[in-house]
Amino acid sequence: MRLLTHNMLSSNIKGVSSGFPLRIEVEKVVEKQVEMNADFLRNMFPKIEWKAFAYAAKALGYSDLPEEADSSQLNSQDFLQKFHHALLELHLEEGVLICPETGRRFPVNRGIPNMLLHEDEV
Amino acid sequence: MKLKQLESLLGNLTQFSTPKIQLEQYPTGPHIASRMLYTAENSFGDLANKVVADFGCGCGTLGIAAALLSAENVLGIDIDAESLGVAFTNAEDLEVDITFLQCDIRNLRLRGEIIDTVVMNPPFGTRKKGADMDFLCVALKVASSAVYSLHKSTTREHVKKMALRDFNAVSAEVLYELQFDVPQLYRFHKKKEVDIAVDLWRFVPGRRNHGTGD
Ligand SMILES: C[S@@+](CC[C@H](N)C(=O)[O-])C[C@H]1O[C@@H](n2cnc3c(N)ncnc32)[C@H](O)[C@@H]1O
Repeated sequence: MRLLTHNMLSSNIKGVSSGFPLRIEVEKVVEKQVEMNADFLRNMFPKIEWKAFAYAAKALGYSDLPEEADSSQLNSQDFLQKFHHALLELHLEEGVLICPETGRRFPVNRGIPNMLLHEDEV
Repeated sequence: MKLKQLESLLGNLTQFSTPKIQLEQYPTGPHIASRMLYTAENSFGDLANKVVADFGCGCGTLGIAAALLSAENVLGIDIDAESLGVAFTNAEDLEVDITFLQCDIRNLRLRGEIIDTVVMNPPFGTRKKGADMDFLCVALKVASSAVYSLHKSTTREHVKKMALRDFNAVSAEVLYELQFDVPQLYRFHKKKEVDIAVDLWRFVPGRRNHGTGD
């Protein structure tokens, strides 16, 4: 699972009001190189919840992202490279996503989060 | 990538080995799937460099097609683990990077406006009434640019009305009418395969209410 996905995924349990961001427990991280697309990154930047993103990257063992970021940094190649790497190249392969409100655990196996709910959670 | 090449790559994908009738698991054939995605890119520019979600991705055909047509990020979502396993292997074989997610579309909760385009061949609702409209409702909440979807031609008026009136779409257009062979659905009928008329739709979501959460 790419961190781009983590940045939009919310806990979907009935009654949960702030299901974002999901906490992350890591068992295994993989990195897959992809070509950087600067235009894509510039376009994506304002849509990213940066705090959650930096948290997720850190959870996956990557601490080169600044705690905070603003759009002026998009002019820096160095920043773009880090943003790209954390957003698209880091994958949570095995681990758990945890609802911040209820502590409900959603397992991630082979990079696939299982967000299926039990009947009493819908 | 040329249309022919796309169609032939999609034709080589592994599809449902034991389809679950309850979930209306039948693949979009390579002919329709390639044209659907090719149109999305070449007529509307809705795939390249975009974030695309494939709702009810099954064995991954539509999402993989989007990735082959240069979508920057593809998210394939299905309720069924077994199909996702096949989709995963299909994507690996073609060396496209897709994130898969196991989730019931009806309970999908996404923040923000990250997804540009949704592509889907939803259950037609033959098994679970309204399944097609459940998918469309969520797709129009989540997408910011466009939704491509297949629906039975007999439901055309209904689809249009629901999209524009209830799901806040600003436009709902039938691009093509197609013949779709639906094998498993009619298993208990005499014929093994039945061609039904299906519309390829393009919907443009309304500007408000993005995301299904917060
Ligand atoms: C008609 S098939 C299309 C499969 C694939 N997208 C394709 O085009 O070849 C519908 C898919 O939706 C999935 N599905 C059915 N109900 C679902 C639900 N409530 N949430 C998520 N996926 C669902 C099924 O498992 C199946 O893979």
